[in-house]
Amino acid sequence: MTDSGAPKTLTLGDQLLIFGRSGWEQAAWNYPRLQNLGFCYIMIPAIRRLYATDQAEMRAAAQRHLELFNTMPYMQSLITGVTLSLEEDRANGKPVSATDINAVKVGMMGSLAGVADPVWWGTWRPILSAFAASLALSGFGIVGPLVFFLGWNLVRLGFRWGAQRWGYRQGLKVVTSLSSGVLQQLTLGASIVGMFVMGAIIPRWTHVRLAPIIATSHQTTLSLQAMMDQLLPGLVPLILTVGCVGLLRRHVKPLWLLAGVFVLGIGGYWLGIFY
Amino acid sequence: MNVWGVLLIAFLAGVEGVIDEWEFHQPIVACTLVGLATGNLVTGIALGASLQLVTLGWMNIGAAVAPDPALAAVVAAWWVSGPAHLPVAMGVIVAIPLALIGQGLTRGLRQLIVPLVRQADVAAANGNLRQIDWLQRGAVVSQGLRVLVPTALLMMVPTQWLQIGYQAIPAVLQGGLRVTAGLLVIVSFAIVINMMATRQLWPFFFIGFALATDSHLSLVALGLIGFGLAIIYLRLGHPHGGGTGPTSTDEDELDRELDDL
Repeated sequence: MTDSGAPKTLTLGDQLLIFGRSGWEQAAWNYPRLQNLGFCYIMIPAIRRLYATDQAEMRAAAQRHLELFNTMPYMQSLITGVTLSLEEDRANGKPVSATDINAVKVGMMGSLAGVADPVWWGTWRPILSAFAASLALSGFGIVGPLVFFLGWNLVRLGFRWGAQRWGYRQGLKVVTSLSSGVLQQLTLGASIVGMFVMGAIIPRWTHVRLAPIIATSHQTTLSLQAMMDQLLPGLVPLILTVGCVGLLRRHVKPLWLLAGVFVLGIGGYWLGIFY
Repeated sequence: MNVWGVLLIAFLAGVEGVIDEWEFHQPIVACTLVGLATGNLVTGIALGASLQLVTLGWMNIGAAVAPDPALAAVVAAWWVSGPAHLPVAMGVIVAIPLALIGQGLTRGLRQLIVPLVRQADVAAANGNLRQIDWLQRGAVVSQGLRVLVPTALLMMVPTQWLQIGYQAIPAVLQGGLRVTAGLLVIVSFAIVINMMATRQLWPFFFIGFALATDSHLSLVALGLIGFGLAIIYLRLGHPHGGGTGPTSTDEDELDRELDDL
């Protein structure tokens, strides 16, 4: 908080260092305080730059960033950006208290995670990886894994850097921009695409084949699978999937569903329903 | 047959399984790399793609720990594309117990790491930033070892045992497990759908399903249709703007469900 000389600012180099560190956040994930050490690790280049001349402030900064923190790791880049701008203001003597900084972090972490978890883990990763898996399974081989790896990481790195820069430049203004409902619209849009694609994946990538013959009369054989294909291909996996969603809604644990699938698969084969 | 390569992949997958950045732990990446290391790239990709669809719904959200694809993908890929040459469907089956072991190890490590974090408090009180850096790096290494060590142990299981064990499975059970391997994706699909589904979104699910049964449409074309529908829906403006999407209570519920898994 010493006002000696030129204002303290984070250089582009510092910001790149912080960007480089931001991807390691979750390694020290621990139960009482979750991502606290990870977040402190990310802030260290900034603490070094801003409080180089003030040991007490340096200690206090490291300690306040070791407090409980947990968010969706990619949204953390936005929180990091805003925190950097607040820390910079504080180092330059503006009235930003340690409590303010923590309040902003805690306020953003929950709401951002609530929006980002369903978009990144619930929509984008399933869609991209299912697309890549289907490329691999339909004869494109190595193209599948490459599409997933490059697609995921280019989007992720671009998002992280953009979010950190935006948060740093805008500071607290980010909070007002986010409360305008844009994020909700984005989540809704992502959920629509997600639901659509999940519907599309089911008939293509579940392999349930019913036993070939159910009735043999004089000359004709009736195939149950052929009949189902006439009616609607993929109807059996559709029913099973929607049934599983219904059970999840009734708080049946996914582990029980997995066990049920084993029973269904082995029992169904033994009884001659599936083959 | 590059054992060191497989162990390196195990380490990377172990780190990624927790930090979730580069996604080396996703089966489509991990199994492909193990296939590359063992010289059976085609088998590695085949297992990776199949297992990817099974693990689609496994995500670490909030404080929940999902089954761990890292240990599952690396060890299953070693048994399928390595010297044991188990069939791909068996790889998918063994991945399930392996993922549950990996989940247990992740939970355990999150407790074990607590003393390390306490040291960070001491370092912060002393203004020793360099030590905080090294504690964080130590945590990264411990996450890598979380998968590397069990992988190394399981790689010591003699190949003959695996083959004898597989051949000892009665034919009916083998067939049943093959069917199960194909059915397992359903649980993951259901978890993902359950996460997104609200009453107003179900129609998009059924439109997607109906269009996909026409085998002439590629997945890219389907994706574009879905994208277009989403834009139209948002543009036309729905009355409850912003009131939808997962609310915080949905989120908490999901946390609990994933925690239970």
